[in-house]
Amino acid sequence: MIAAAAFYVFSAIMLAAATMVVTARNPVHSVLFLILAFFNAAALFLLAGAEFLAMILVIVYVGAVAVLFLFVVMMLDINFVQFREGFQRYAPIGATVGAVLLIELTMVLTGWRFLPEAPQWRSAPIPANISNTAALAEQLYTHNILLFQLAGLLLLVAMIGAIVLTLRERRMPRRQIIRVQLEREVRDTLEILQVPIFAGTDEIGIRMRKAISEDRGEAAHEGAESPMLAASHAQSETEGH
Amino acid sequence: MHSLLGQYLPILVFMVIAGGIALALVLGSLLAARQKPYAEKLSAYECGFDPFGDARRRFDVRYYLVAILFIIFDLEVAFLFPWTVRLSRLGWYGFWSMMGFLAILTVGFIYEWRKGALEWE
Amino acid sequence: MAAFFQTPLGELVRIVLQTLAILVPLLLAVAYATWAERKVLAAIQLRKGPNVVGAFGLLQPFADALKMLMKETIIPAGANRVLFLLAPIVSLTLALMAWAVVPVNDGWAVANINVGILYLFAISSLGVYGIIIAGWASNSKYAFLGALRSAAQMVSYEVAIGFVIVTVLLCAGSLNLNDIVLAQKHIWFCVPLLPMFVIFFISGLAETNRSPFDLPEGESEIVAGFFVEYSALAFALFFLGEYANMLLMSAMTTILFLGGWLPPLNIAPFTWLPGPLWFILKLFACLFVFFWARATFPRYRYDQLMRLGWKVFLPASLGWLVLTAAVLLATGWAPHGA
Repeated sequence: MIAAAAFYVFSAIMLAAATMVVTARNPVHSVLFLILAFFNAAALFLLAGAEFLAMILVIVYVGAVAVLFLFVVMMLDINFVQFREGFQRYAPIGATVGAVLLIELTMVLTGWRFLPEAPQWRSAPIPANISNTAALAEQLYTHNILLFQLAGLLLLVAMIGAIVLTLRERRMPRRQIIRVQLEREVRDTLEILQVPIFAGTDEIGIRMRKAISEDRGEAAHEGAESPMLAASHAQSETEGH
Repeated sequence: MHSLLGQYLPILVFMVIAGGIALALVLGSLLAARQKPYAEKLSAYECGFDPFGDARRRFDVRYYLVAILFIIFDLEVAFLFPWTVRLSRLGWYGFWSMMGFLAILTVGFIYEWRKGALEWE
Repeated sequence: MAAFFQTPLGELVRIVLQTLAILVPLLLAVAYATWAERKVLAAIQLRKGPNVVGAFGLLQPFADALKMLMKETIIPAGANRVLFLLAPIVSLTLALMAWAVVPVNDGWAVANINVGILYLFAISSLGVYGIIIAGWASNSKYAFLGALRSAAQMVSYEVAIGFVIVTVLLCAGSLNLNDIVLAQKHIWFCVPLLPMFVIFFISGLAETNRSPFDLPEGESEIVAGFFVEYSALAFALFFLGEYANMLLMSAMTTILFLGGWLPPLNIAPFTWLPGPLWFILKLFACLFVFFWARATFPRYRYDQLMRLGWKVFLPASLGWLVLTAAVLLATGWAPHGA
């Protein structure tokens, strides 16, 4: 009785939230209602005894997919008034798709109802004594290995697609290469010279690095910026004596 | 299934009480403190400037990319969970089945690395 | 009395009492975590820290709370009022809710569910909402940028955390937190899975936006990040949420790697202490490392942060996961779960 009451409460909230997703004027509110709908769907899974699926629904859909949705509607500056104008135009197509889905769903559900032996046709009945998660594991990785690998491929396609669509080539002026940084030693950057008094740079063999400004562009991490600096320090020291 | 519901009831209670505490704190300070708003106080903080422009605008696409890649890896983790509790039963067949799955995704990971999708400056 | 708790109403009362028995000490612990952090930071920097309000400054958290209570809640003009106030509530509620499944002793969890670790993972993946909603609802540029950074950061480290959790589950063979702790009866998982332990803890720092990964609130660039527009208790709620999340991360570390309520060795001097006390001791030890890290490390740069998450932790944890599974199968140590 309690389970039935809970079922009706959760489904009612879910349906109401789903309606709000479609009708809410502010897209951000839409996404938040979508999240509410997800939560109630998770609760329905729980009622059906599928705790693993309930948690995965929350982790994947609420914790990841809805975050992306929120990102998009919050930060993509879409003109939603313009968006709504298209509603009239696309309404017939949407209605057709909806009707087809409705008919299909009805067919599936009524078929279930007319055939009492249909539940026995399930390829994998739920084992009684092990947990939901374990039952899933026994099916997924061995009996349905092909589907499992296909799911992997699907994710691969999604990954590559996302990168191809969003990644723009860009110049990385200052990429950090840690190996180069760590390999750098004192003697690569600093040179201590004993400079005779009144000697010019030409005489002691320090060449001015004209290329400093060009250098900087490609490799700020390279070090060896200017031995000149060290030399001038050394010079001022010797001069002080 | 009643026992399962019984297990999850405490979570619902916990959520209600925790949410109630948080709500009470916010409302409490709304009611207890003197509210005296005026335009200058209510303007968005911008280091002393008058705020120019709306803060909500487009930003770098790579944040979306991170979110998408996260969804994919999150799904990968989701596929791993049932596998962990049943590893000994599934044996080497189940192990190599998972390795195949991970290998496919590792190809994607290497691709995204080589493409520089993980580079930030 | 015992008969009363058998009735449905009695059961509800029992659950409410249990919930309060966890929540009240938890809130106190959160309040004192703020005090403890100031004391620890002060000690590390050779200062005294709060020492005026009450003995050793022990009443400082209450003074702070009262002050916050009497402040004005400023809701910026361009903000979305409902979401603006909702964000801190979501933040704190989520941080507290996770504690419903945390076992403090054998069987001592308010809700001992089969998929406890998934519940914790789910709750921690929801933590990002409080931040995104706050950043967007404020309609301020700093808040927006902070929220964006924060969301990308939390999401990036979540993957590594997922792989680490999976590795622990491989060794424990159950998704139930109680079973995970009991699986560590012989050896704590932090010994065989040491690299994962380190990865988990560092990812925990990033996940809770704690220094050295506190870029979302980097005060030198985006002032306070996502909660720049918040004041009064709404601000305090974010603060409390952060500390509650730290406590939660410490609790998760304790359960997954430090053997929960189990004593280090199952021999006389260690078994004198009751289980919950061990749990609390380990929790505080982890919490101390959180404070210690803040006092010790400079803030990460954003590109370094992303690289650490995606290019170091992700492949490393995945590799160790595969290795663990192979070793467990080859040696026949894989747990035979029920």
